[in-house]
Amino acid sequence: MTNGITSLASALLLFLLSIASAQVGPTAEGALKKGFIQCGVNTGLAGFAQPDSNGEWRGIDVDLCRAVAAALFGDAKKIRYTPLSAQQRFTAVQSGEVDILSRNTTWTFARDAGLGLDFVGVNFYDGQGFMVTKKRNIKSAKQLNGAAICVQPGTTTELNMADYFRANKMKFKPVVIEKLEEVLNAYFTGRCDVFTTDVSGLVAVRAARATNSADHVILPEIISKEPFGPVVRHGDHHWFDLVRWTLFATIEAEELGITSKNIDQQAKSANPVVQRFVGATGDFGKMLYVDNRWAYNIVKQVGNYGESFERHLTPLGLDRGINKLWNKGGIMYAPPLR
Amino acid sequence: MNWPIASRQRAALYQILLVAGLCLAGWFFITNAVENLRGIASGFGFLWREAGFEIGESTLVSFSATDSYLKALAVGLLNTFRVALLAVALSTVIGVAVGLARLSPNWLVVKLASGYVELLRNIPLVVQLFFWYAVITDSLPAPTQALTPLPGFFLSNRGLAMPSIAGELPLRITYPTFSGFNFSGGVVLSPEFAALLLGLALYTAAFIGEIVRAGILAVDRGQYEAAQSQGFNSFQLMRLIILPQALRVIVPPVTSQYLNCTKNSSLAVAIGYPDLLSIANTTINQTGQAIEGIAVIMLVYLTISLAISAAMNVYNRRIALRGART
Repeated sequence: MTNGITSLASALLLFLLSIASAQVGPTAEGALKKGFIQCGVNTGLAGFAQPDSNGEWRGIDVDLCRAVAAALFGDAKKIRYTPLSAQQRFTAVQSGEVDILSRNTTWTFARDAGLGLDFVGVNFYDGQGFMVTKKRNIKSAKQLNGAAICVQPGTTTELNMADYFRANKMKFKPVVIEKLEEVLNAYFTGRCDVFTTDVSGLVAVRAARATNSADHVILPEIISKEPFGPVVRHGDHHWFDLVRWTLFATIEAEELGITSKNIDQQAKSANPVVQRFVGATGDFGKMLYVDNRWAYNIVKQVGNYGESFERHLTPLGLDRGINKLWNKGGIMYAPPLR
Repeated sequence: MNWPIASRQRAALYQILLVAGLCLAGWFFITNAVENLRGIASGFGFLWREAGFEIGESTLVSFSATDSYLKALAVGLLNTFRVALLAVALSTVIGVAVGLARLSPNWLVVKLASGYVELLRNIPLVVQLFFWYAVITDSLPAPTQALTPLPGFFLSNRGLAMPSIAGELPLRITYPTFSGFNFSGGVVLSPEFAALLLGLALYTAAFIGEIVRAGILAVDRGQYEAAQSQGFNSFQLMRLIILPQALRVIVPPVTSQYLNCTKNSSLAVAIGYPDLLSIANTTINQTGQAIEGIAVIMLVYLTISLAISAAMNVYNRRIALRGART
């Protein structure tokens, strides 16, 4: 009996100890131990994740990972990248091969609930569209009955397209080709009447790949919601919070008008919201088990959301559109940092 | 030096240790996977769920987005069968012709056949597939300016549209007509299918040609002389004396070419032909169940390969020398 009580007491003690030491979650702990964050990115999509001429990864998805590294280590360079195909991406998070998947991945119910993953938020709102050659004189996606449509496999794109045509009682012939080069070639040589992907992709392709971008029109119908967001493994709440609030901090910084250039000046302002943001007051860092200047480090080293967007997506000819801040006519919104 | 146990027993011990080691490694990986996938949807239940995507072309059965993943995979498998069977048949015909041509007394024919073999055999198949696909889609006109080699036949960069027999009774012939974007009615031989069939058949034929040549050269010269002295003409000599004997040498290596050809058809995904691998890839992406999807792919290709192998072994036994060990 005494034995039972002792073991019960020791179990209770262990439990209490584990609460007290339940600080850093296993993912962050692992990252701190190895000294870097393993970040899963696209194998190469202009504006989202692509190596530049020096082999440095660049893009809005890359910036998110850099921001998390800035928050955790105070150093945005402590990252290693794993380029992932659409097929590999979820397995890579599930197995723990990457700590974050930041790879223009659409947040859907089945992925969030069924795959042992958690979407932490949205860093780009997109939607699927159709591109056709101008000389076809097509004004609406409703006129596409019977068209041959070029598409890449492995995404929600194929499903949205099938749903849309079924709902509108139209038929189509998919031509499914894996490599972007090849699928675009099929579209540009006229094998397909239509190329479909997310509008951001269509804009990038039209700007970068078409011999004359004016020859192609993107039809007005947006047939799906494609909210892209970073993904973490299910079950590590600390890591989830850290990645989520890193994303929110970049959005909040833009709303507060804090940029990588003016943050040192801003830090001197008396505005209590800014003071809390840069970590001069309050103890938000402690709650995330990171340095109190985590948000300062993010903005100083990576920049706010708007800076990221302008650096990577604006040059492609992409409009901010609904990705503007909520008070500027868009839907980008961060809960208050307080 | 005297070992405590005999060498045979030692050998058995090593083998047991090896098997045990392999089992241990397998167990390690499987338990790891189970641990990593805890709380994640698994199992093969997804096969009965609605697929939700369309497939560009299907053999024998029709498919729509409301059908199940299982049916989608079956459509992919039938597409694989269609292209693989035709490619195997075509490559055999071309391969035998090339093999014979390389042994021809005509200098030009020999050089052309050797050029064919060297060129096709030494360029990666996937490059050849891109080449044929580009040739077909780039060089043929848009469907509005389709070529009509025969009435009812339309050749364009959307493929070859031909009249066909309608599926339902009473049987009647439907003709392709152009409406809106594409041809409807009849059947369409797609550019993806044509490129894949052409690429596979020509590539495999280069290897089969060499095997046929080797098989014929392996037949003893005395057989030629004997046949000629009996008054056989050169066609009869080949058909009745040489080829039947050469087959014994040819069949086993050709079997592995047939296997290669079938497995190589999975390169279809590169040029957009909806074969088994392409459909399975899409399925994996939609469901996120990669391990199950890959298991299906491996199982199906293994089954196909073993079936081809078994069939060819039966054939080989029939043509082998009676009483000889094969």
